[in-house]
Amino acid sequence: MKFGVVVFPGTWSDCDFHHVVSEVLHQPVKYVWHRERDLGDVDCIILPGGFSYGDYLRAGAVAGRSPVVDAIRDFAAKGGLVLGSCNGFQILCEAGMLPGALQRNECLQYRCQSTHLVVDNVETPFTRGLRAGQVLTMPISHGEGKYYADAPTLAQLRAGKRIVFRYATPEGEVTRAANPNGSLENIAGIVNEAGNVLGMMPHPERAAETVVGGTDGLLMFQSLLGSLVEDGTFLKR
Amino acid sequence: MPVAEPKVTLDLARGLGLTADEYDRIFKQLGREPSYTELGLFSALWSEHCAYKHSRVFLKRLPTTGVRVLQGPGENAGAIDIGDGWAVVFKMESHNHPSFIEPFQGAATGVGGILRDIFTMGARPIAILDSLRFGDPTDPKVRHLVAGVVSGISWYGNCFGCPTVGGEIAFAPEYTGNPLVNVMCVGLVRADKIFRGRAEGVGNPVFYVGNKTGRDGIHGATMASATFDDKAHEQRPTVQVGDPFTEKLLLEACLEAMATGAVLGIQDMGAAGLACCTSEMPARSGTGMEVELSAVPQREEAMTPYELLLSESQERMLLVAARGREDDVRRVFAKWELDAVQVGTVIRDPELIVRHQGREVARVPIDALAEGPRYEKPIAEPAWLADRRAFDPLTLPEPSDLGAALVALIGSPTLASKEWAFRQYDQQVGINSLVTPGSDAAVLRVKGTRRALAVATDGNARQVFIDPRRGAAMAVCEATRNVSCAGALPVGLTDCLNFGSPERPEILWQFAEAVDGIADACRALQVPVVGGNVSFYNETSGQAVLPTPVVGVVGVLEDASRLATQWFKDQGHRIALLGPDDVSLGASEYVWTRHGKLAGALAPLDLGTERRVQAAVRAAVAAGLATAAHDCAEGGLAVALAESCITGPASIGADVSVEAQGRGDLVLFGEGPSRVVVAVEPPRAREFEALMAESAIPWRWIGTTGGDRLVIRTSGGAVVSVGLGEIDSAWRSGFERHMA
Repeated sequence: MKFGVVVFPGTWSDCDFHHVVSEVLHQPVKYVWHRERDLGDVDCIILPGGFSYGDYLRAGAVAGRSPVVDAIRDFAAKGGLVLGSCNGFQILCEAGMLPGALQRNECLQYRCQSTHLVVDNVETPFTRGLRAGQVLTMPISHGEGKYYADAPTLAQLRAGKRIVFRYATPEGEVTRAANPNGSLENIAGIVNEAGNVLGMMPHPERAAETVVGGTDGLLMFQSLLGSLVEDGTFLKR
Repeated sequence: MPVAEPKVTLDLARGLGLTADEYDRIFKQLGREPSYTELGLFSALWSEHCAYKHSRVFLKRLPTTGVRVLQGPGENAGAIDIGDGWAVVFKMESHNHPSFIEPFQGAATGVGGILRDIFTMGARPIAILDSLRFGDPTDPKVRHLVAGVVSGISWYGNCFGCPTVGGEIAFAPEYTGNPLVNVMCVGLVRADKIFRGRAEGVGNPVFYVGNKTGRDGIHGATMASATFDDKAHEQRPTVQVGDPFTEKLLLEACLEAMATGAVLGIQDMGAAGLACCTSEMPARSGTGMEVELSAVPQREEAMTPYELLLSESQERMLLVAARGREDDVRRVFAKWELDAVQVGTVIRDPELIVRHQGREVARVPIDALAEGPRYEKPIAEPAWLADRRAFDPLTLPEPSDLGAALVALIGSPTLASKEWAFRQYDQQVGINSLVTPGSDAAVLRVKGTRRALAVATDGNARQVFIDPRRGAAMAVCEATRNVSCAGALPVGLTDCLNFGSPERPEILWQFAEAVDGIADACRALQVPVVGGNVSFYNETSGQAVLPTPVVGVVGVLEDASRLATQWFKDQGHRIALLGPDDVSLGASEYVWTRHGKLAGALAPLDLGTERRVQAAVRAAVAAGLATAAHDCAEGGLAVALAESCITGPASIGADVSVEAQGRGDLVLFGEGPSRVVVAVEPPRAREFEALMAESAIPWRWIGTTGGDRLVIRTSGGAVVSVGLGEIDSAWRSGFERHMA
């Protein structure tokens, strides 16, 4: 499976995703510069964390309107897999590829901490190998991760089973105390209607090796690889 | 258009921080009256901050060489060979004065400055550590400074994308008017690809790269070389404003340009900006430089030559490229959307020639600028210090409830958890962090090798205050011990020496003694000092900070899978105490927090014992015998044990008996060097005993892990038994409750 990791000015999780894909998953991976209009031959595009364009104006606002995002929009429309983490999630929302917005954390401070995520939807290519209700441990690292959407949008997300991850206790209970940033309904990650574009605030690449942060993030990648190996539906679509 | 400039007079020179003698010296060096621009050059480069004029004579005493040293002091940062073709580049710097005037930007640009010092060497920054000192956190003004400094560090480091993995925050009233913000950065570079701040090759082009120049930070170096009075806030315009996004672009562009082979030398425009780079770079190469200031990218209109030379606008570098490779440099910086403009040329004559719109505004011998005055000012031990040291802390009343005393101590702001600050810092980006804040040292893997680096900062100012020489040596011992507790061999040290005004003999005495103490300990432990920074004039309205040498130590762990952390891992492990019994309540955290007193002599320090204890701990970790290793520092044995109980993923109690005579509070909370708590699985106890016997150090078993209480009995009859929940909540809330 071929991966492309998008690099904007100010992106910093690009090297980490690259490392996990090439050194841990042993899959081919290349960097995609933000000025590219052609993604080339890739199966999955990763929008990594960082402060693209300094996150000036709003987090992800400038990146969401950059040339490469047009190419990613076309790629997704054809069924290509897109994973946006942290700043990548913010960019996907700013680009209109996912609904809602990520606002400043409720505590008004940056938060870097371990979080527990309960998996609500295992019907996506990113979570297919997981159990519904499974709890994953992954860190967050952001100042603007409070997910917000209006009531009709939230209702649509719920109805379409598009909420993939929610912040929870280690036991999987979705509580206010387990919510690190004030996200509505403890939302940590959502997919688009087709299910091939995932945005999440936590960092799966920081939980892909036993020695640094555990391997719960790796489960997502393995899910992704497995789903394509078993049946190519998401590629063929 | 020529700009009207003030007339050069002694009064003007004094206003710029120069003395009458220095003013005369400029005339002698030039053989004529300096121009206004030249006077500005001298005032900045001869400032204490740039010229180390009061400290140089003492700093020469530090050991700076070793087989692993690739770069010692004198460059932007030091470099140490760590094997497999890799070098670690590191340095610590202060940003104290700006952080007092404007805490957010002061601290942020402190982070920015030290990051540039690392990547200007060609290294990619992999870790930041912050050593912070503030006044009493019950004071709202102090809380404002703490919140501002922490958010400034968070903002800059997080946006740039370098993890903050360690450091300390301590509180004492002497820092109320002068907080200390010391930032250490660690980077990795291929050992044969280290870049230096040199201007080689006559005729080679000199490029200005990065952010545009504005009027911010003009005379920052001079501001940092003076004491404050109650009008310190009026200095706010001398504080720079940072842009971490531009810094990130500058990092990537610099490393990419270096990889093309077109870059010959490069230096960060930090203190004294362009003036500093254009004189220091040729000074190191025995060349000269001519520059045309009107070529400098500017973001404000009608800037004068004086302003352009002395601006401390952030995120800028000066680089010397190979002639004929100019386009390679321009191409890389254009890709990252940064300015890269040729502003000058390397010349043969050792002169700095500065022009503005073709008109010569300065022509100064490089040596005259780069080799500032050096002073050997009088030093004198303060008359009152002997009495302070002679105080016997055992004349203070012993608490009736030692358990309550322990809870109060671990809940004091200095010893309490700093999670409130650290959770605002990205600690993992780069995915190298094997051990994040919360253990004796942070540990970072070196990808592609089996090795890891352990890093720690330390500096117990109360100990230095009462006995500068021994206290500073103890700081080196503690930081190296922290690294050894992780299992790593300390290989290099950087220091940040924060003191009051060197023009006062008792302050300079503290400084001289502290440097000697660092030198003694570094020699004994065979750890070279490869870089650092001196920050004098940390006083406001005559009140100096505690003498605060902060040391940062880097260690190499040969096998990253064999490392130790400070917390107990499981029930039933045996607990050993390594090191001597000699402890003292003199200048201790306990006597300070309980009695508000800073007095009494320190425990003895034997550097030979220190070296052997550290070697023994490393051997135990390397053999996989130590399931936990934690050094006894502030708060003594009781606090060390309590921390080992509560700082891990799961709280694990301990039951300990200490065979030591003397008052219970002395045995529990007394502080002394060379002491480490180690946990060992029972089946491996014999092996551990054999290793300790070989190590020729004092040591003994003191108890076992398990349960949900910390129980400590002393042979003097004292007993402490406290539930871990109580200790934990005091530790967690002790600092955070002030900031909520």
